[in-house]
Amino acid sequence: MKSVFVTVGTTSFDDLIATVCSPAAMQVLQSLGYEKLVLQVGRCALDPALLGSSDVAVEVEAFRYKESLAEDLRRADLVISHAGAGSCLETLEKGKPLIVVINEKLMNNHQLELAKQLHKDGHVLYCNCSTLVETLQSMELPTLKPFPPGQPEKFALFLDQVLGIQ
Amino acid sequence: MERPLPVAFFLLLSLLLVPLVLLARRRRSRRTPPFSLLVVAGSGGHTTEILRLLSCLSESYSPRHYVFADSDTMSEAKIRSFEQKRAETFSTSQFTLDRIPRSREVRQSWTSSVVTTLYSMLYSLPLTYRRKPDLILCNGPGTCVPVCISALLLGLLGIKRAIIVYVESICRVETLSLSGKILYYFSDYFIVQWPDLKEKYPKSIYLGRIV
Repeated sequence: MKSVFVTVGTTSFDDLIATVCSPAAMQVLQSLGYEKLVLQVGRCALDPALLGSSDVAVEVEAFRYKESLAEDLRRADLVISHAGAGSCLETLEKGKPLIVVINEKLMNNHQLELAKQLHKDGHVLYCNCSTLVETLQSMELPTLKPFPPGQPEKFALFLDQVLGIQ
Repeated sequence: MERPLPVAFFLLLSLLLVPLVLLARRRRSRRTPPFSLLVVAGSGGHTTEILRLLSCLSESYSPRHYVFADSDTMSEAKIRSFEQKRAETFSTSQFTLDRIPRSREVRQSWTSSVVTTLYSMLYSLPLTYRRKPDLILCNGPGTCVPVCISALLLGLLGIKRAIIVYVESICRVETLSLSGKILYYFSDYFIVQWPDLKEKYPKSIYLGRIV
């Protein structure tokens, strides 16, 4: 079952949840072949149990938090996430296509720096709530570049050199 | 000015500290493994990042003393899990865990941050004295400032000269964190993970993405 996973991390990003669950967005998702929508809603004011639209044949599942989102990320075919660094990096490391949605109510957030850079480097799609539907309609996921893993061995080598360890 | 003499004395003392710090930076003693490591862990992503940094270190870096804020509930579990896996490969693996009061909340004001940092130092100073690490590793949470200041003081007093290694978080692409801006001047090795920062902060070291 082709599925979309939406995550807001530990933040509250009700606008994103509302936008994804709107009839317009749900219809686009359905037309793109997605059959399931899983929402991690965090501190959302809306009751997770009431989300979803009966007009569209996309199965909706929602929860607030889980100890680990690894399984949900693994099962997803598309991830829509807030700009949190942890969410972005965890998704990219699993090789999943990612749309980062900026929360305009959270300006001056340094986390935007990473999302912007990842977009500049072609690893993620980047939009805000008002342009999400349009992004979904026009996205070309195969053009996203894979994200190579970091290299902690370079750090280890560096420290060894500093301390004179052969 | 009401009390010129004490103020002048205080200013003079502060000025004297600057060359002492710079002098202390230059002395290097010969060291042999194993090197004890004091690792400052922080909330959320900071701990995850720092554990990745540690992932390729050999057993020459032992024991590992982890320090984190008392308000941090997630770091202990992540650290224990990391060390448990490590113990599967290196049977003589040793580590300790210590908590100190959190030195600054996100977006806390300047003046109150100085007060809370000084309060954290009441804990970080005896802790750093007790552990006497060869190397301190930190990556940005406010907790690292009192720990590093404590290490600098111990170095100045000739008790223990730790090498301070600061690795700025991968989230920092164009600007440094507040801890980074402070420790850029007081660390021995300041590592950044994006080329823009290397340009802006020439004393920094760029090894590429290391987490």
